[in-house]
Amino acid sequence: MTISTAEVHKLGKLARIAIAPEQAPAIAGQLSSILGLIQTMQAVDTQGIAPLAHPTAFVADVALRLREDLVSQSNDAACRDARMANAPASESGYFLVPRVIES
Amino acid sequence: MTAPMNTIAQLRTALDHKHVSATELAQAALKKAQAHAQGRGNNAFLDIQPEHTLAQAAAADALIAQGASTPLLGIPLAHKDIFVTQGWATTAGSKMLAGYQSPFDATVVAQLKAAGMVNIGKLNCDEFAMGSANENSAYGAVKNPWDSAAVPGGSSGGSAAAVAAGIVPVATGTDTGGSVRQPAAFCGVTGIKPTYGRASRYGMIAYASSLDQAGVLARTAHDCALVLTAMTGFDAQDATSVDRAVEHYAAGLSAYSLKGKRIGVPAEFLADGVAPDVRAATEAAIAELVRQGAVRVDIHLPRTALSIPAYYVIAPAEASSNLSRFDGVRYGYRAPDADFKDLDSMYSQTRAQGFGEEVKRRILTGAYVLSSGYYDAYYIQAQKLRRLIAHDFKAAFEQCDLIAGPVAPTVAWDLNSPKQDPTADYLADIFTLGASLAGLPGMSVPCGFGGLKGNRPVGLQLIGNYFDESGLLGAAHAYQQVTDWHLSVPS
Repeated sequence: MTISTAEVHKLGKLARIAIAPEQAPAIAGQLSSILGLIQTMQAVDTQGIAPLAHPTAFVADVALRLREDLVSQSNDAACRDARMANAPASESGYFLVPRVIES
Repeated sequence: MTAPMNTIAQLRTALDHKHVSATELAQAALKKAQAHAQGRGNNAFLDIQPEHTLAQAAAADALIAQGASTPLLGIPLAHKDIFVTQGWATTAGSKMLAGYQSPFDATVVAQLKAAGMVNIGKLNCDEFAMGSANENSAYGAVKNPWDSAAVPGGSSGGSAAAVAAGIVPVATGTDTGGSVRQPAAFCGVTGIKPTYGRASRYGMIAYASSLDQAGVLARTAHDCALVLTAMTGFDAQDATSVDRAVEHYAAGLSAYSLKGKRIGVPAEFLADGVAPDVRAATEAAIAELVRQGAVRVDIHLPRTALSIPAYYVIAPAEASSNLSRFDGVRYGYRAPDADFKDLDSMYSQTRAQGFGEEVKRRILTGAYVLSSGYYDAYYIQAQKLRRLIAHDFKAAFEQCDLIAGPVAPTVAWDLNSPKQDPTADYLADIFTLGASLAGLPGMSVPCGFGGLKGNRPVGLQLIGNYFDESGLLGAAHAYQQVTDWHLSVPS
């Protein structure tokens, strides 16, 4: 099973990772070898086996839980600014992004 | 060579008797850490902030002066750069998070700070914890303190190297598919990953959420026990945190006896692919457990080899979802303006430039196995295999109390080995992935040396049943009472 360069570009688009045309063949080769490795599990008969999404689910006495939908953190300006301090571009409490709506 | 070492218990005595202060310990550790900071020594430390370290040490000294003597008060440690820390940058070994300053501490970091431990700095690791050799760090590979031509293992390579080199007595790590156990083995230190859900994942930068678990690396099982107690417990901030009482692991160690304990040895863990030096050291360690009264039981984990494809579907799938948060908007790297024309190309260029090659490969693999048409064949099939693998362990634990075998098929390999294929390193994870997929606790205990020059450590892996960290630590402690591999230090 091999992955084509067209598929690599499609995956790059899905994952929002720009892939230059000259990189695509090498990536296709690497992903094909990864796919070759994971392909080996297709031979296993798993009919009637329920998927295990989470190890905790395998242990009988442990259940996932939901929390109360309560405000747990302040949204005042100082708190907001602390959380936005790592933003590459921000202004007056807003994250700046390239224009998305044409005027 | 074996040298007198400073275990936590020894440091505790010295601190309590005022033979040394927390500040002096911190200063000594900082000095050593500086010698191994980025681009120097073994390249283990990514961020060092002496002012913050010394402030924590001064606070510990003030408490000690008042007569306080809790087990970890004033003891230095360092954190894997996957844990977010206030005051130290957190990069996850990625260019994507260069210089990132977290507005909060990870729960594990906060717990160990509250226990009075003094943070010496942040430790290098594979980018977003994806790797088995620490060669995927954007800040350069860590060198193995035993042999500077060898990898330290990964992804917690900096943690293992910092402990092995004697910079800190203990370091945190994270284990998704073996990332505590394998570097502990490669660097000759003791490491434990508890049962999934024992330690909080809050503030641990997510790689594969259903597998990620915090762990600890130290010289001895006793030191691991002390720190594991302090870093576990229920945390409402982590939806998968397990609500169980914290156990005082160290208290039970001396009473633990190997007598009559059934040690399961999976035939698949000592099959043909295991290097002779690793096999010999592992067999000798198991024989020592038997000499101490344990009973060897030959068992099977028939789907051991299938843990590789199952893991390399599930982990990349979860990674592709988790790492979608790195978008160049809220935090982290953003591509230069000239490189994009709109929001979409800003995302794509930012992620192309900010992530390293292995991280991109895993995101793309994850996108593939989750994409429409392939989801059932890959992702669901891998989750079904995951249940079968968990069942295999369950069946095994009906025959034995602990499972023992090698951590990895070989000792540490050479740095910069030529790689034709990204899957070469994946295959080396074969013995650690099963416990991760099943969510079981696992340990690595130094048990010998191998390699061409006989200077590359071998680790014995112990796998316990769910929540049986005390059994793992007990067995490792009993082994360390009659062996001295864990006391060996690199010259």
